[in-house]
Amino acid sequence: MMANLSAMKERRVVVTGMGLVTPLAVGVEQSWQRLIAGQTGIGRISCFDPSDLPAQVAGEVPEGPTAEGGLTLADWVPTKDQKKMDRFIHLGMAAAIQAVEDSGWKPETEEERCATGVMIGSGIGGLQTIYEASLTVASGKARRLSPFFIPSALINLISGHVSIRYGFKGPNHSAVTACATGVHAIGDATRLIMLGDADVMVAGGAEAAVCSLGIAGFSSARALSTSFNDTPEKASRPWDRDRDGFVMGEGSGIVVLEEYEHAKARGAKIYGEIIGYGLSGDAHHITAPAEGHEGAFRAMTAALRSAGITPADIDYVNAHGTSTMADDLELDAVERFFGNDAKRVAMSSTKSATGHLLGAAGSVEAMFSMLAIRDNVAPPTLNLDNPARESVIDRVAHEAQQRKINIALSNSFGFGGTNASLIVKGI
Amino acid sequence: MSEIADKVKKIVVEHLGVEESKVTPDASFIDDLGADSLDTVELVMAFEEAFSVEIPEDAAEKIATVKDAIDYIEKQKAA
Repeated sequence: MMANLSAMKERRVVVTGMGLVTPLAVGVEQSWQRLIAGQTGIGRISCFDPSDLPAQVAGEVPEGPTAEGGLTLADWVPTKDQKKMDRFIHLGMAAAIQAVEDSGWKPETEEERCATGVMIGSGIGGLQTIYEASLTVASGKARRLSPFFIPSALINLISGHVSIRYGFKGPNHSAVTACATGVHAIGDATRLIMLGDADVMVAGGAEAAVCSLGIAGFSSARALSTSFNDTPEKASRPWDRDRDGFVMGEGSGIVVLEEYEHAKARGAKIYGEIIGYGLSGDAHHITAPAEGHEGAFRAMTAALRSAGITPADIDYVNAHGTSTMADDLELDAVERFFGNDAKRVAMSSTKSATGHLLGAAGSVEAMFSMLAIRDNVAPPTLNLDNPARESVIDRVAHEAQQRKINIALSNSFGFGGTNASLIVKGI
Repeated sequence: MSEIADKVKKIVVEHLGVEESKVTPDASFIDDLGADSLDTVELVMAFEEAFSVEIPEDAAEKIATVKDAIDYIEKQKAA
């Protein structure tokens, strides 16, 4: 491990492991294949009765045998430990275990363990757990509150559980920036490796806010789709004129990031390199982006600067594209960013198939961007039947496209006016 | 085995996820059944709930084995 800042430029960071738990499937290949086949993970909410709420659709992780891309929790978290963790931790563990196993990284010395860290975040954390604990207290049973209530709900506890399971003693951290969490986690963890604080970082986000409190809360904020309760598969429709809000999804996306020479030396499989990362703040409004999404423009520009490339080098954009009014503002910013190169870039919103995974969205979509590079396939934007506004940018409506993709940009923006962009490249 | 002992055993099996055969009277929650300090807090709460008894903290600290729990609850119930 190096701590010399002047060496930072020489420390490149690559992705050597991936884990996905999405409404499409549990598993990287299963989620990806269903995504590019144009399947949807969105349906009527089944984990509680949503009849009283205006929004009744969501992307829930499918139950089923692990081998078939379903969630069998006992395969990831021992039954006796399940009640000590909120569902967002369950989903995070399932993705983290996949990623670590996929990377093949097993530190053997104390030095190696101390050079391996974890940075997994969440937008909201253990919302359902907090809800249930509140009911216990409200019914006069405060003394009966589980001793596991707090560690079950805390956002940084996935990082804690992963470190305990694998003995990773390096930086143990957690990002919390609403819907930008996943990108911030990967970007910040990349920088920790560049700075020499670690050689390997397990990074990403997890979310499980498809519960009555989560749906009710975002409904009250008028953020969710409510017009497609009878046709859930049509509810998430980024850039379409009939879009009327986002569809909440749950899941987790976690990567293993590794210093390039470290990965090469052990012969690790390399998915691609994190070459750019940019951050910005809107300083405008708690939920709405500014005119022209200038905060997004600045985040993309900062990422471009750190990558040392030009917009002409970028082949694919995985948009934040939540299926809200803000989609067209992001489109404005992306068109401005690419200028004359806009006509040759493809941009899609995979939230059309997964829903919006909030704190997990950024890391899931960074992985989809990596897989787009690996397979030279741009995943589709489902339900883009009638674009609300025309654009020279190909938004990959309905069907995946085979096209040469070497560099991809992934955007994530969060409540509070926080923006982050990641640029990834094939290797 | 008494009804109380039976119920205690069941609660221990359920909360600690251990095999029933391991839950012997002398088994220590922490040393033999894999519990940590938070598990034991939760166990005591489960006993309180199941038997409608109060187990104050100083008494709870002395409950280390299955037998300790059974004895304490039987004493409370007899009083």
